[in-house]
Amino acid sequence: MFESLTEKLNAVFKKLRGHGKLTEENIRDVLREIRLVLLEADVNFRVVKDFIEAIRVKALGQEVLTSFTPAQQVIKIVNEELTYLLGGENSQLNLSGKPPVSIMFVGLQGSGKTTTVGKVARFLKEKKRDTYLVPADVYRPAAIDQLQKLGQDLEIDVYNPGPGEDPLTICTNALRSASINGHDVVLIDTAGRLHIDEELMQELQRIKERVLPKEILLVADAMTGQDAVNVAGKFNEVLGIDGVILTKMDGDARGGAALSIKAVTNKPIKFVGTGERLDALEVFYPDRMASRILGMGDVLSLIEKAQATFDDKKAMEIEKKIRKNAFTLGDFKEQIQQIKRMGSLDQILGMIPGVNKIKGIKGLQPDEGELVKIEAIINSMTKKERLNHTILNGSRRKRIAKGSGTSVQDVNKLIKNYVQALNMIKKLNTSGMKGFKREMLPF
Amino acid sequence: MLWFKKDMANKDKETKGVLNRLKERLSKTREGFASRVDRVVFGKKKIDDDLLEDIEEILITSDLGVQVTYRLIENVKEKVKRKELNDPNLLKECIQREILDILKAEEKPLEISNSCPFVIMVVGVNGVGKTTTIAKMANRFKEEGKSVLLAAADTFRAAAIEQLEIWSERAGCKVIKHQNGADPSAVVFDSIKAAQARDIDVLIIDTAGRLHTKVNLMEELKKIQRIIGRELSGAPHEVLLVLDATTGQNAISQAKLFKEATNITGIALTKLDGTAKGGIIVSISGELKIPLRYVGIGEGMDDLKVFNAKEFVDALF
Repeated sequence: MFESLTEKLNAVFKKLRGHGKLTEENIRDVLREIRLVLLEADVNFRVVKDFIEAIRVKALGQEVLTSFTPAQQVIKIVNEELTYLLGGENSQLNLSGKPPVSIMFVGLQGSGKTTTVGKVARFLKEKKRDTYLVPADVYRPAAIDQLQKLGQDLEIDVYNPGPGEDPLTICTNALRSASINGHDVVLIDTAGRLHIDEELMQELQRIKERVLPKEILLVADAMTGQDAVNVAGKFNEVLGIDGVILTKMDGDARGGAALSIKAVTNKPIKFVGTGERLDALEVFYPDRMASRILGMGDVLSLIEKAQATFDDKKAMEIEKKIRKNAFTLGDFKEQIQQIKRMGSLDQILGMIPGVNKIKGIKGLQPDEGELVKIEAIINSMTKKERLNHTILNGSRRKRIAKGSGTSVQDVNKLIKNYVQALNMIKKLNTSGMKGFKREMLPF
Repeated sequence: MLWFKKDMANKDKETKGVLNRLKERLSKTREGFASRVDRVVFGKKKIDDDLLEDIEEILITSDLGVQVTYRLIENVKEKVKRKELNDPNLLKECIQREILDILKAEEKPLEISNSCPFVIMVVGVNGVGKTTTIAKMANRFKEEGKSVLLAAADTFRAAAIEQLEIWSERAGCKVIKHQNGADPSAVVFDSIKAAQARDIDVLIIDTAGRLHTKVNLMEELKKIQRIIGRELSGAPHEVLLVLDATTGQNAISQAKLFKEATNITGIALTKLDGTAKGGIIVSISGELKIPLRYVGIGEGMDDLKVFNAKEFVDALF
């Protein structure tokens, strides 16, 4: 998508070669393309309109810098403005005050409230907070069971409502029990409801008045369309929310809802949910979201994730080996293990710009089972074999296949891949890192 | 032809009831497309760019998507140019008719054939309302006098099995279940054996919600489908994709990838009782040609209606 946006803009700008400034006239076509991209990303119509107007004002009369093409310059302005709008203060959870401090989670049905409560509980537990979970959803069948199971998995206490307790009573009793038992933070999972359901919205208001939460967080689905403004606007109007958690960010939705919600509530987006596992909760970065809405992928997240999980010393060692063309199968295994530590592979691939859009990429998406296989194969080799793959003849390959529980074809495939990687490294070393880096940059 | 007329009469009766109900709900909480168009058209003498921009806003904010909206607007412009359309008051009808044509082509209610059991596999991303839709379907089939069995093949999400069990009690049918974390294919295998042994008419399989971009999970779904086909030739007779009307353009990607993996044969559009208009279904119908089966309009047991294109366009747009 980013490629196509750049291409589109380049095509538009081709017509204006020789112009030193961005003018009203030549910027109109550009803005039309940007408008299209934003609407396709599900940003609300009205929000897009305001945004485009802001860009027009910003871009007008700007000198075209020599280091950029005009297309790049406009994208830079758009990206900066988008980042600015998505950002904001108070992106941390506010847990100050006399314990127990409570946080209320609200939202539509199916936005992922209960799972998110579990994730935030895990996040707080890692921060050594003594957390208490409160299931205040008495409407959806088995919602209470669901939270209790999550609590069990996390070894965090969950309030156990008596039969017939209504949500308000549940919250009141849970809060009392939290202060008796000395819990610091109380997470309240409310039932999903439509923002136009007066009765249930009043119920939330009553809970708010009773428990006086430090934070009310709106849980919203990143795949939401134009309606995001209505939903977020109403929840904010009735309850005065303090922040937003955007869920299901691990799909391929561009997430324009983030901008719509921010525009209509002006409340910070605090976290994003990136998977079904309870550790799949990440801090929100406005710049990354801006890139995603524009279809530029999430390169920064990927880099940061890699930095956080790769062992620096080992990486240095491997780099040295790469430079000396001494990258062995043993190093290959090491690399695979490092990649595995970064998280699930589709999550990693999803952060690379354009990957989701490329047809046939699914065939390339390595199965995690495949990695296990590769490890097993390399483990079945002798030290000598790992250092020098050229000695791997037919009978050695047969032995390795047998030892690792795979087939000779699997072993052959692995060696082929390894040799390919080796050739790439050699090429890299002769042409230098500089050329490689330029290829990787999006523009 | 007589049977056809009778069928239509029945459908008419149902349609009217639902239409009124939908309209009643909608009128209280939001403005439908028609009244919004009426408002922007009011006082206009000719179709000009301003008016078309207002129309564009209405279509896009209904989640129709940029492509479909641009196409509809282009068609109107073309007609104006050829002098076939110049009265702003006819504009609404013109656009409604085009949307209706697209949707009408996919208005194909689910017909339960006599293969015992008739197997329905329900799929979709997380949180769209699969389990609730299953409960409503079970209730509907029970009321039609059919015997229904449910399979709890969502063994992943915490308490998903319990959720289906509670619904099944309300609908008055049995559930085949395993432990949490069990292999969903095994649950499906058992449920088909049980359905055959108990001479069940309809078996509905609840699968775990999964994002369409997760290759491994989509492979798991394919495996479940293979097992069903292996145990009962010709099954599943229906693969129903549940879509949330609140979802924007991503619903197209969902429909595409689920279709690729499981060759879905029908769509249920849920959560139409909110303010979202579910316009994305127009893009999906136009592009992917998947039959539209049901719409979900509330949390009650009988809030699942057979999809009707006219009613959808009238009430929502």
